[in-house]
Amino acid sequence: MDLNTVTTLRTARTRDDLRLEPGETVLAGGTWLFSEPQLEVSGLVDLTTMGWEPWTIHDGGLSIAATCTIAQLLEPPAPPDWAAAHLFRECAEAFLMSFKIWNTATVGGNLCLALPAGAMISLATALDAVAVIWTPDGGERREPVATFVHGVQSTSLQPGEVLRSIELSTAALRARAAFRKTALTPLGRSSSVVTGRLDLDGRLTLGVTAATPRPHVFHFGHPPTDDEVQRAIATVDAWYDDAHGAPDWRAAVTLGLAYEVCEELRS
Amino acid sequence: MTISVNGQAHDAEPRPGQCLRTYLREQGSVEVKKGCDAGDCGACTVLVDEMPTHSCIFPAARAVGRDVTTVAGLGSPDHLHPVQRQFVEAAGFQCGFCTAGMVVTASTLAGVGSDDLPRVMKGNLCRCTGYRSIRDAIAGRVNTASPSAGEAYGSSVAAPAGARVVTGREHYALDGFGALDEPVTGLLHLKVLGSPHAHARVAAIDVSRAAALEGVHLVLTHRDVPDVLFSTGRHEDRLDDPDDTRIIDPVLRFRGQRVAVVVADTVAIAEEACRLVDVTYEVLPAVFDAHEARVAGAPLLHGDKDPLHSRISEPGRNVVAQMHDEHGDVTAALEAADAVVSGTWQTARVTHAALETHGARAWIAGDGSLVVRTSSQVPFLVRAELARLLDLPVEQVRVVVGRVGGGFGGKQELIVEDLVALATLRLGRPVQHELTREDQFTIVPCRHPMTVSVTLGATADGTLTALQLDVVTDTGAYGNHGPGVMFHGCHESVAVYRCDNKRVDAEAVYTNNLPSGAFRGYGLGQVIFAIESAMDELARALAIDPFELRRRNVIVPGDPMIVTAVEEGDLTYGSYGLDQCLDLVESALGSGRGEVAPDGWAVGTGSALAMIATVPPRGHFSHVTVSVTTDGTYSVDVGTAEFGNGTTTVHVQLVAQELGTTPDRVRVRQSDTATSGYDTGAYGSTGSVVAGKAVHVAAERLRSDLLARAGRRAGVAAGHCVLGPDGVEVPGGRVLAFGELFEEQISATGSHDGTPRSIAFNVHGFRVAVEPSTGEVRILQSVQAVDAGVVINPEQLRGQVEGGTAQGIGSALYEEMTLRDGEVLTRTFRDYRVPQMADVPTTEVLFADTVDALGPRGAKSMSEAPYNPVAPALANAIRDAVGVRPHELPMSRDRLWRMLNP
Repeated sequence: MDLNTVTTLRTARTRDDLRLEPGETVLAGGTWLFSEPQLEVSGLVDLTTMGWEPWTIHDGGLSIAATCTIAQLLEPPAPPDWAAAHLFRECAEAFLMSFKIWNTATVGGNLCLALPAGAMISLATALDAVAVIWTPDGGERREPVATFVHGVQSTSLQPGEVLRSIELSTAALRARAAFRKTALTPLGRSSSVVTGRLDLDGRLTLGVTAATPRPHVFHFGHPPTDDEVQRAIATVDAWYDDAHGAPDWRAAVTLGLAYEVCEELRS
Repeated sequence: MTISVNGQAHDAEPRPGQCLRTYLREQGSVEVKKGCDAGDCGACTVLVDEMPTHSCIFPAARAVGRDVTTVAGLGSPDHLHPVQRQFVEAAGFQCGFCTAGMVVTASTLAGVGSDDLPRVMKGNLCRCTGYRSIRDAIAGRVNTASPSAGEAYGSSVAAPAGARVVTGREHYALDGFGALDEPVTGLLHLKVLGSPHAHARVAAIDVSRAAALEGVHLVLTHRDVPDVLFSTGRHEDRLDDPDDTRIIDPVLRFRGQRVAVVVADTVAIAEEACRLVDVTYEVLPAVFDAHEARVAGAPLLHGDKDPLHSRISEPGRNVVAQMHDEHGDVTAALEAADAVVSGTWQTARVTHAALETHGARAWIAGDGSLVVRTSSQVPFLVRAELARLLDLPVEQVRVVVGRVGGGFGGKQELIVEDLVALATLRLGRPVQHELTREDQFTIVPCRHPMTVSVTLGATADGTLTALQLDVVTDTGAYGNHGPGVMFHGCHESVAVYRCDNKRVDAEAVYTNNLPSGAFRGYGLGQVIFAIESAMDELARALAIDPFELRRRNVIVPGDPMIVTAVEEGDLTYGSYGLDQCLDLVESALGSGRGEVAPDGWAVGTGSALAMIATVPPRGHFSHVTVSVTTDGTYSVDVGTAEFGNGTTTVHVQLVAQELGTTPDRVRVRQSDTATSGYDTGAYGSTGSVVAGKAVHVAAERLRSDLLARAGRRAGVAAGHCVLGPDGVEVPGGRVLAFGELFEEQISATGSHDGTPRSIAFNVHGFRVAVEPSTGEVRILQSVQAVDAGVVINPEQLRGQVEGGTAQGIGSALYEEMTLRDGEVLTRTFRDYRVPQMADVPTTEVLFADTVDALGPRGAKSMSEAPYNPVAPALANAIRDAVGVRPHELPMSRDRLWRMLNP
């Protein structure tokens, strides 16, 4: 929809361009920004003109720029030993919207929006991704995406900070991974997403998103038993309550999905 | 730098916050539709450098230097793109408002298999079709036919507007017609400041800051509107609906109700001015529960109104309409019964989700009359009420309706027209008011939520002896359609059963929620959900097969129709196919057809029936003219509106059949109060049986006239002449061309008054699988049998049944508007689950073989009815599968899980 309070649009080319004036906000894909009234916003600063490479494969793993679209995310030629690479497509399919939105929506936009059902949050937490954040002093800081997302539409981004990229390690990408999603309809907005990652050293990481206001990540030194899974899930302090499922149901189906994920990774 | 649209360069610079959709429409590409304006529905899909893109969430500035292709750029009516041709040939649309986006998206799907369609099409919503015909279109299946002259009736003739719809050329309310003397410049835009409170009084209002804003032309408050009460609900008899609404009222009874209205040069300025209106509210106590609203001491919504003048049953108890009546002695019958079952069922708030929002544009014509172009099911009723509200002679008001982008009852309301009319009269300039999707959720009337208690008693042999009903409907802040929905809801649902003792207690109750209104089925679906669930329970209590129990107790020709008294009205057995419908569904469910259940899931079957009158009661009128010109082209002038119900096709078929021609030689001009005879409007499924009947009468008269003229010319009896597409053949084989029979054009008129009325039937059956640990329901088989009399157009009828079933599945499993203290929380499609392609199974559609004595050529109406039996059939199947009965809609996964894991 038209953002009728917006009177300026700047295209960012340099880091200096990212210093925001009062009322300005960063525009990435725009698929959410243009989907709701934004009465507090008077100016947009287009991040997609920064010219960032959508993704780079390097020795340490994979760097994904904040402006990488979902369609571009599905492009990297995953080396054969990236056993977890199927998560990229599974998470892309977890978007409520179809493939059309992949051409416009960005990885960084989805992370910074910080909705519980954010499919890129599921992906990033599953793979222990680290967010690279440009700070206003010209420096940068790094933080796991799992803590970068604080809650519903809340992140650790401070005024003047910009999400630059996320980093995925080769070790995580080489792990075996499993993905489960449930919603109130067959292809609906995620009510619960559970991811699992079994590292080559036998450690297992379980991620819960969509069902909770913020991502939850559980680390096990070994593939957990159902009992251990149950105890871990029981530590979740709050289950999300919105139009996409009641909290008690979300807790129940999440546990079921977690059992399935661990069973798949144990086998 | 320019934006290329369909190969043409546009150098208009996009505004900084503008999305591509509005840019394209401002540049004249009105084929790009707004369904949601939030990226959720896909109606606005265009190609940007060949990539399918939701243009409503794509910054227009980003299109600079790129090539945009819209549905109009893919092909034209004379040169259809292959996908466009497929949508026409498959009948892959109804209202056609989603079609532009469907076609553009589908044009990018080369190589996608049919199993993968639900996934790739999940970004495109269609409210009308139920998606089967869209799947067929994408797969290239042909469902339509081109009948020979005089053989159109009963043939799957394609919708006449098809080629225009699939290429984006068909005009909806705000697309501009061109043909009318509408000003093309100087259009002003209207926005409404809505109440932030559920119940409040405007203590003070100061519009000076708003009025001073540059570009603002008019600010209206409650002080500036006529002091007249009306109802947004529209009926043939305006006295059917309570006069409880003011154009702008100083008392605000729900969140979002009009507080002030701004007209400005642009939407942006009007919105800004709304934020500058200074209002002091005196907040009043509010009530949000229909049961609490009836309790003594509850805040009164319309306690200030005169019950007689406003036609409110008991303003002192928040009751707008009520019915308390009995036939026989229910108490005694229940005491004597061998089996008694009872329960209380609750339905949810549902939004119509027509893809085209309400919107209207008004201007002053050259002759000084007021023209209002709007998206309405009832142009003549809107005209009458506008004239009354604005104190104008009805002849000075013209209401024009183009193709309507979906209705489902929601456009049997006067929601935007009064404001544009008033503003245009004040300013003398054209004014447009277009609702947002959020408005559709928050201020446009929704389906009535109902609490329905049913008690049934029966003898051991399965004879129903007592039927007791208690209905409470939440009609929200205003009573539009509240009485009608309540009475109708308790009518055919009860009358369909032969039972000596019946009692109905029903009340329609005001609350401080958004108003409820007319919705497909008009109350029947909610009450049928309860009664048919109870009948299923009774079958279990008696250990009688549910089909058999219904056969023993449904009315058959000769039985009186009784709610709480023998009906003395005009409702008759014009035909009867309920027995066939029951047999057809029972046989289909027993056939073993359908999907296989996943391992470990609980499986069950269920069914439900529904009866509906073919025409609304108390008069429904249509006056039609059918004309022929010397080249053998026929035209039909008819007042009813086309909103995807397919009546235009039906009217073409009736004329082509009667006048021995082919459908392509018949034109329909419709829904313009200046060009056609009076028509009550498109509600109650009347497009075929009232307007269609009038078309048929006019066509018969024109045929008689043509034959008589030919007979006189040839000197033979008219009965020896045969009308064909090129003229009249007289004995000896000579064909008298139309030009030999008359000069220029001749016409005949026909009319129908909607009485007497017949009854139609629907029976739905489901087999489902349920996963108890998640509450997931999978529909393995879906079958609906309908008694629509003689089938006019099999493909269209199938489409109506499939669309009604899809909407029914939405209401039964997925859709729910949630409110908190009167505030609507579900304000976007992404938070409200209109069924996607993936959510709707294939439904087997079966037709009873009957011929109606009343309808045109033996046909009955069948547009809203298919919705009605779906929810109870599904509930009964779920009950059969899991052993616990659902009592609340929607039967969402979380609700079912909780029901099974208490």
